[in-house]
Amino acid sequence: MNKHHVSMSVNGDPVEILCETQQTLLDCLRDELYLTGTKEGCSTGDCGACSVTLNGRLVCSCLVLGVEANGCDVQTIEGIGSEKTLHPLQKTFLEEAALQCGVCTPGFIVAAKSLLDEKPNPSEEEIRYWLAGNLCRCTGYDKIIKAVIKAAKIMREENEQRTNRRAN
Amino acid sequence: MHQMNFAAPKTVAGAVKLLVQNKGRSKVIAGGTDLLVQLRMGKIKPGIIIDIKNIKEANQITIEKNGVRIGAAVSGAVVGEHESIKRNWPGVVEALELIGSTQIQGRASLGGNLCNGSPAADSVPALIANEAICRIAGPNGKRDIKVQNFVKSPSKTILKRDEILTSLFLPDKPNKSSSAYLRLIPRTEMDIAVVGVAASLTLDENNKCLDAIICLGAVAPKATVVKTAKKILVGKKINNDSLATLGMACEDTCDPINDTRGTIAYRTKVAGVLAKRAVQIAHTRILEKANL
Repeated sequence: MNKHHVSMSVNGDPVEILCETQQTLLDCLRDELYLTGTKEGCSTGDCGACSVTLNGRLVCSCLVLGVEANGCDVQTIEGIGSEKTLHPLQKTFLEEAALQCGVCTPGFIVAAKSLLDEKPNPSEEEIRYWLAGNLCRCTGYDKIIKAVIKAAKIMREENEQRTNRRAN
Repeated sequence: MHQMNFAAPKTVAGAVKLLVQNKGRSKVIAGGTDLLVQLRMGKIKPGIIIDIKNIKEANQITIEKNGVRIGAAVSGAVVGEHESIKRNWPGVVEALELIGSTQIQGRASLGGNLCNGSPAADSVPALIANEAICRIAGPNGKRDIKVQNFVKSPSKTILKRDEILTSLFLPDKPNKSSSAYLRLIPRTEMDIAVVGVAASLTLDENNKCLDAIICLGAVAPKATVVKTAKKILVGKKINNDSLATLGMACEDTCDPINDTRGTIAYRTKVAGVLAKRAVQIAHTRILEKANL
């Protein structure tokens, strides 16, 4: 089999892997780099469980070949928050019980973060449209939307505090 | 698993050379949102995948003298952020942005949507209504053809096995022009068109129709222009009378299939309704532009 040498940045760390042409970025993250936070759902780009950002754009990692990511910057759920300090989205997902089985959760958090990074104060409608490509079969979505709205508010306040501190 | 190579040439000539060498055993990848699904399902078994995203011409937007040129692999998200394309070809942008989710928009391209050859492709009727032109590169150089003549039948295009689609050109429109695309799906997002209708409209100084192109999607083996639309609308005001005649002409143009998404009767009826609404939206957009 032909193996390709792929170098990319994953959550800020430079990584190098060997992969076969048909291995998707999702396969590479999970099977080569053991970053199993990104989940495999449908493998056809319908469910969003494998969401990551590629050079800042939200994509389904199941619809990107590993070799296409050569030279790219990839951000996964592992780069969001830490066990000690959860990201506001992770906190509000817990507080609002926005997850049950948890398979869709990393994808939702990556997708919601990419929205809030661009648009700190989205309307509920904007959030629902942005997340239309992330499927959840447990929660019925309302709790997820509530969690995102709440996280957006926290993130705006944190931002404001940071700006004020800098001004002082 | 069969042996599959990968190449990401930096030039059109490099890509064409690979196509020639691999004699029809290659597949070109742009966004890959259709291709990777087909690969996974075993529908295609290419010997090599040729990525065109590293080719400048295929991955950039350039404003030219008489219009805008959009690289075949430019993603929907990038096109949707381009202010002048949004302003001048709103129908194309809204059709492209209807494809899939935010995640799909990060990858999916106009070139891929066209080359996939689906009768229900959202962006294709909008490209046709806006008289878009394909630029194709092959071993004998470049050639330009109308998007309208690109798809032959479902999944079949006029591309020869050693050719690639490098960009799409949208010719400038007169001042009092606009466009719109509407599609019917059973839900609000993430589905494939039951019917799609693109309208491009130009008005004269008295707000009578000067030119109109209506193109229907998902109601025939390929996107289909309503031939009688010009005759029906040109010289007339856009009102209930002219639109009613247009709606009937659209129904007559339909040649749909019965499938899980819709019956022949339903698709035909909806095509007429959407056409009337799409023309009205384009009409409103022109008048709003004039009032700015």
